[in-house]
Amino acid sequence: MNLAYLVPLFPLLGFFLNGLFRNLSKSLVSIIGCGTILISFIISCILFFDVRSGGALPVHPLFPFINISSFKIDFAFQVDQLSSIFLLIITGVGFLIHVYSTSYMHEEKEEHFARYFSYLNLFVFSMLLLVLGANYLIMFLGWEGVGLCSYLLIGYWFKNDNYNYAATKAFVMNRIGDVGFLLGIFWMLSKLGTANFTDVFAHTSQLSSTDITGITVLLFIGAMGKSAQIPLYTWLPDAMAGPTPVSALIHAATMVTAGVYMVARSNALYSLSAVAENLVAIVGIATALLAATIAIKQNDIKKVLAYSTVSQLGYMFLGLGVGAYTGAVFHVMTHAFFKALLFLGAGSVIHALHTQQDMRYMGGLKKYLPVTHITFLIACLAISGIPPFSGFFSKDEILAAAYTKNPVYWVLGVIGAGMTAFYMFRLYATTFLGEFRGTEEQKHHLHESPLAITIPLIVLAVLAAVGGFVNVPEVFGGNAKLHEFLSPVITTEKTFELESSKDFMLMGISVAVAVIAIVIALAKYIKRPELGEPKGLGKVLANKWYVDEIYNALIVNPLSYLATFFKNVIEKSGIDGFVNGVGTFVQYSSRRIRLVQNGRVGTYILLMVFSIVVLFVIFWNQTNIIGFFQKIF
Amino acid sequence: MPIQYYIILAAALFCIGVAGVLVRRNAIIVFMCIELMLNSVNLMLVAFSKMHYALGNAANTGAPVNVGTDAQLFVFFIMVVAAAEVSVGLAIIVMMYRNVHSTDINFLNRLKN
Repeated sequence: MNLAYLVPLFPLLGFFLNGLFRNLSKSLVSIIGCGTILISFIISCILFFDVRSGGALPVHPLFPFINISSFKIDFAFQVDQLSSIFLLIITGVGFLIHVYSTSYMHEEKEEHFARYFSYLNLFVFSMLLLVLGANYLIMFLGWEGVGLCSYLLIGYWFKNDNYNYAATKAFVMNRIGDVGFLLGIFWMLSKLGTANFTDVFAHTSQLSSTDITGITVLLFIGAMGKSAQIPLYTWLPDAMAGPTPVSALIHAATMVTAGVYMVARSNALYSLSAVAENLVAIVGIATALLAATIAIKQNDIKKVLAYSTVSQLGYMFLGLGVGAYTGAVFHVMTHAFFKALLFLGAGSVIHALHTQQDMRYMGGLKKYLPVTHITFLIACLAISGIPPFSGFFSKDEILAAAYTKNPVYWVLGVIGAGMTAFYMFRLYATTFLGEFRGTEEQKHHLHESPLAITIPLIVLAVLAAVGGFVNVPEVFGGNAKLHEFLSPVITTEKTFELESSKDFMLMGISVAVAVIAIVIALAKYIKRPELGEPKGLGKVLANKWYVDEIYNALIVNPLSYLATFFKNVIEKSGIDGFVNGVGTFVQYSSRRIRLVQNGRVGTYILLMVFSIVVLFVIFWNQTNIIGFFQKIF
Repeated sequence: MPIQYYIILAAALFCIGVAGVLVRRNAIIVFMCIELMLNSVNLMLVAFSKMHYALGNAANTGAPVNVGTDAQLFVFFIMVVAAAEVSVGLAIIVMMYRNVHSTDINFLNRLKN
């Protein structure tokens, strides 16, 4: 029996249980919500060890999904090296986030609590569907599912209009990308007649280079939307409207890694198109730099983390673009650990300060939140790429690959890494170091979070610290286990040969840049955190390069004017006018004609005679009547 | 006599009947006009019957034919039925006069409701 079907089944079950029975108690909801994910995680572990010992599991179709004459798509799951790793990340990190949520969301009302957990389970289910699908269509189902769930969860506090707007924005931006993704699938189906991963990758020779470029670029547009790359990244920072654990789930375990997974899965296609590869790499590095610059001047603790996610996703795509597919997947994994940790840590801080998210009113939390502080510091070191924390290994692998492809990528990447270290330690210094700047009342209530919050933090901190050791590069005497493990799936990994001295030099430079950035940030922000409004370039950065404003001016407002025009002119005067006109005409004429029925026999007879005459005139031309009279006369 | 004369006479009688029904308001006159229309159609029946009988005899040289003779009988039935009908109709008019002291048909507009 194939266990793969059970992995998404349990979160779906949890969704239905929590979603349909709204009057469950909070503890029962928590047990269902976390338990189903835990079971999925255990099954994922079993699957992972199966795959590790015996290779990819055979694909068994569950039922035919689309079956039209020769066109056949099965509902099938594929468990191989790549998807088993993603299963572990999704269910493992997802489980920790669920546990964390039981405490974080405990002040919600019961029905909202159940709604929250049902959405969370559905989210995990969709993501599992996405990574388990054995063809692009099943992947697309999950792809849409996570889009829907992100909408539901970002707009979880639906009474706030701004949050609803953020949710709609996320949904619409994702949908723009999905159009590209869907077109890519259609193109593939029209040329190959199949969307199964194995069949498509086996028959790439049947595709012309135009086809491959078109398909990969269209699929990448989907990835741009889902994984928040330029130009479709602005939804992700706004997605901070949702509860903090949701942000952790979106940014770490699910949703945004979907694009990376899809490109890594399609590596056989992408490696055949230099255009697509360059596009992926350029978009990746541009996003990494742009988001990093914005993150430097944000004051909302969650916004900084959001832009850092966008930036890190940029690194992943840089890795994908330069052919370091394993490096990108590796970075997805380590990023899942430290970014979940950062968000959950930020959540713990926000929880302690009673929904205060502005860093300018924090500071000095080190002594009040010791566990949060230590775990957060580990995450900051990991994301900044300080050895031996996990981020160092994954980021370094991507940068080394970028160097062999084009040193310019490497230089930009190192600059971005320096900025990453800078803004993370700016965040760290303003939040945990210095003096507390909140109100006296908040200071009085400062407390370390309960165990349900701190235990996930500690587990993630351990993972963020040691997660990098699964793929120690050969320079350090490691054996790059992840490469070896993923090699059956990622067949087109670019092998790059660097002399070990050069490799050490590159690493040394990037670590040195990061350390310098950290020192500057700490020196600058411990004593004098930025409290006032930024000026000059800082203001531009704080306003996110005015990208939202530009989008509004160029796309949103013209569309909304057009929509207003259609609503007021075409709809009101045109369509409504016509439809209502028909109604008014019928009503008016019936009101007039009704007067004829006045009850007088004379009128009725007159009408009768008149009608007979009319009938006579109408049928006068008919030959039989004419013939009848001709016969008589 | 040519059949056209009968047709024109009957058509004239029918039109007078129709016009009378439409323009007159006295129920008895309306009733008489209805009778006029009925009898104009009766006249047609008889006339056509006569015509067919004549045509049948002209075409045939041997045994006597009775084509068209049925209508000559039918017309009596029709007149008897019409007489019975008239008695009912007149009775209704009498009842109406007793109730409303009028035979004006426009007075009877209760069909409205």
